[in-house]
Amino acid sequence: MSDKSIQVIEGSEVGFATTRVDALLGWARKYSLFQYPFVTACCGMEFMALASPRFDMARFGAEAPRFTPRQADLLWVVGTVSQRQAPVLKMVYDQMADPKYVLAFGTCASCGGFYDNYATVPGIDKVIPVDVYVPGCPPRPEGVIDGLLLLQDKIATGDRTPAVVKPRTDPVPKDLVSLRRSAEGDPVSEAG
Amino acid sequence: MSKVVLKRLEKRFGEAILSTHDQFGDETAVVTPEVWHEVALFLRDDSRCQMDHFIDLTAVDYLGRRTPRFEVVLHMRSMQKLHRIRVKTPVAMGPDGENPKVDSLVDVWKGANWFEREAWDMFGIEFKGHPDLRRLLMYEEFEGHPLRKDYDANKTQPLVEYREGYEKQAPFGLPEGMPFGRQVHDRWKVHVAGRQTDGKTNILGFEED
Amino acid sequence: MEPLDVELEDGELELPTDPMLLNMGPSHPAMHGTVRIVVELSGETINKADVQIGYLHRGFEKMCERGTWSQVFPYVDRLNYASPMLNNVGFALAVEKMLGVTVPERCQHYRVLLGELARICDHLVCSGAMAMELGAFTPFLYFIKARDIIWDIFEEETGARLTNSFGRVGGMAHEPSPNFKEMVRTSIPAVVDLIKDGENLVLENRIFLDRLEDVGIMSKEDAIALGWSGVVLRSTGANYDARKHHPYMTYDRYDFDVPVGQKGDNYDRFMCRQAEIRQSARIIEQALEMMADEGPVNVEDPRIILPPKEQVYNTIEGTIQHFKIVMEGIKVPAGECYSYTESGNGELGFYMVSDGSGTPWRLRIRPPSFASTAGLEQLITGQMIPDIVPTFGSINMIGGECDH
Ligand code: SF4
Repeated sequence: MSDKSIQVIEGSEVGFATTRVDALLGWARKYSLFQYPFVTACCGMEFMALASPRFDMARFGAEAPRFTPRQADLLWVVGTVSQRQAPVLKMVYDQMADPKYVLAFGTCASCGGFYDNYATVPGIDKVIPVDVYVPGCPPRPEGVIDGLLLLQDKIATGDRTPAVVKPRTDPVPKDLVSLRRSAEGDPVSEAG
Repeated sequence: MSKVVLKRLEKRFGEAILSTHDQFGDETAVVTPEVWHEVALFLRDDSRCQMDHFIDLTAVDYLGRRTPRFEVVLHMRSMQKLHRIRVKTPVAMGPDGENPKVDSLVDVWKGANWFEREAWDMFGIEFKGHPDLRRLLMYEEFEGHPLRKDYDANKTQPLVEYREGYEKQAPFGLPEGMPFGRQVHDRWKVHVAGRQTDGKTNILGFEED
Repeated sequence: MEPLDVELEDGELELPTDPMLLNMGPSHPAMHGTVRIVVELSGETINKADVQIGYLHRGFEKMCERGTWSQVFPYVDRLNYASPMLNNVGFALAVEKMLGVTVPERCQHYRVLLGELARICDHLVCSGAMAMELGAFTPFLYFIKARDIIWDIFEEETGARLTNSFGRVGGMAHEPSPNFKEMVRTSIPAVVDLIKDGENLVLENRIFLDRLEDVGIMSKEDAIALGWSGVVLRSTGANYDARKHHPYMTYDRYDFDVPVGQKGDNYDRFMCRQAEIRQSARIIEQALEMMADEGPVNVEDPRIILPPKEQVYNTIEGTIQHFKIVMEGIKVPAGECYSYTESGNGELGFYMVSDGSGTPWRLRIRPPSFASTAGLEQLITGQMIPDIVPTFGSINMIGGECDH
């Protein structure tokens, strides 16, 4: 039996579980991410959408923002980081307590995006280590949620290698748009 | 509309107006740097002009195209009369590569303050009489003026040293992909102790559909 | 014990205090992550303030000098990222002014429609964020929900929720989709209802009003001299709206009002924005009526507009034409030009110098919120620390355009 596993031993009527401590910790951490949103640029607009009712990040246990890095364990870097901003980012990261995770939100945070010039840092991994990269300019909220789940998986397994959210194809039928339009002839009913 | 303004400018300043044109419908006057401040004051206070609304101040670098090399460009409009005008002045680098200089307009329009700081930051044009000429968009440690044509667009001057070994690594380099990913859930399923299930039962023992 | 009410000279009992320096931002939740304000305090009153921007300077102008004219569109999207479509339209109009072309009327209405939808989003984001920073989180949720409805329209039309890059020189990337009108007609009432719901929560709330009213007052003369424009200028009582006073596109044919404030305090700025949303809704209704269902969207000029894809793949002329526009760029006549539109924050100007090649020699953007942010220092001097937050929120500083 691999030592990464969780065992459920049925001994008495009530039953009890043994598990490795770090697996338990990982499980506990993964659903109580306190986030520090380091929001700088356009991606912040999409970040607002993510916090709002439609996409509702709170469903995944990453709701409460903490505006002091000392209380946060997930750093969202949302938007372009310029050379002038980089020391601030580093300082914020250094102030966070372990264990800390970093999620690069958007192309700019991941690699500098199309601002390949004197003013921007080509990706925040030049300054701080990153756990999950979410590509997109800006990424769709679904993509970000995908990234968040990926991070939770990584926390649960204790894996710290950087990872990228892969593009996914929609499992739904191709003619989703026409389906939606013909449903009631009212595209807003979905939105509202 | 602003033909009137151009006429009045020409009448008032005569020789100091180097040229005028109205390309694409924008009336423009090119003036000598000596009268720069005077022209601005005149445009603001003259009863026929009343250019009270400050719009924009910037510079253009014509490296290799024109001498003098730089041009400072000012746009303004009048709230009452609704006309607009552009005034430009050519400024040159000093003989030993010193920064070009021109009078500051902060005492004419308050709004010129930040626009002049930006022009100083980006082009290195010194505004004489500016109360607080500091860099605005770049940081103090930055050397050079990025919007000059001879500043290379790719030349960065990092404030924080880059980490080791991160030359465009993930997501572009080897570690691409996610070896763990979603399979974690499956792994959990299989290892429900004592019951090596077929993978269809999850850890809580519910049947999955 | 000595009596407490001895007559004292003013301030004799107070301990001498040194002014204290306090640093807000750049990574401060109320500073939108991109502004740093260093304030000198005596007690809680601000004696002096130094507003520092530039934390989001991304070299927009330098980047534009490297590509063709059409390649600028993605960059202008990310200037005022609360309303990308207005920037798209503004830049397209600027290049068209230099080329001397006018887009067909159908396209003009289409641009107005998309632009006004974007303006609603812009004001929603600003008001919502401002309310949130003052502790009223619920209106923010309502406003974002309303914005999501509009973003749905954008997504159907342009394929992107936020950064559309949908404008083209001489037209639009695509013609309106068949469901466009119906979609807008059904969504606008829903959006306005949601906005009303959100407003009802704050506009009778004493705490909210107390923090807005008579805070951050700017006089009309100062605002004009500072170069303010847009909502922030109109809130001071000056009546200037580029759509009314220098009409471009089809704005002279719609019937709409320009909301103007009285005092120029935070409350006026907030209310002007909310009133403008209603006016935008009015414009949208009229433009929907006027926009034809059929007809060309792009100008017919093979030097500007890309040929249709069938021609590119099947005819040699089409391929060459496509290649020339993509590789060399649209040839814009040499000269200089300043073009302006009313964007979400005010007058968005483009000053362009062309040397006749396919690449801009210099492209200067005149960002409206740059001028507004320059006035922030004056607004907050003499106020208390907590007043910084609503004042900063109400001028709607957008990092992308303010820092270029
Ligand atoms: S990735 Fe795109 S949307 Fe996000 S900050 Fe960068 S430019 Fe803006």
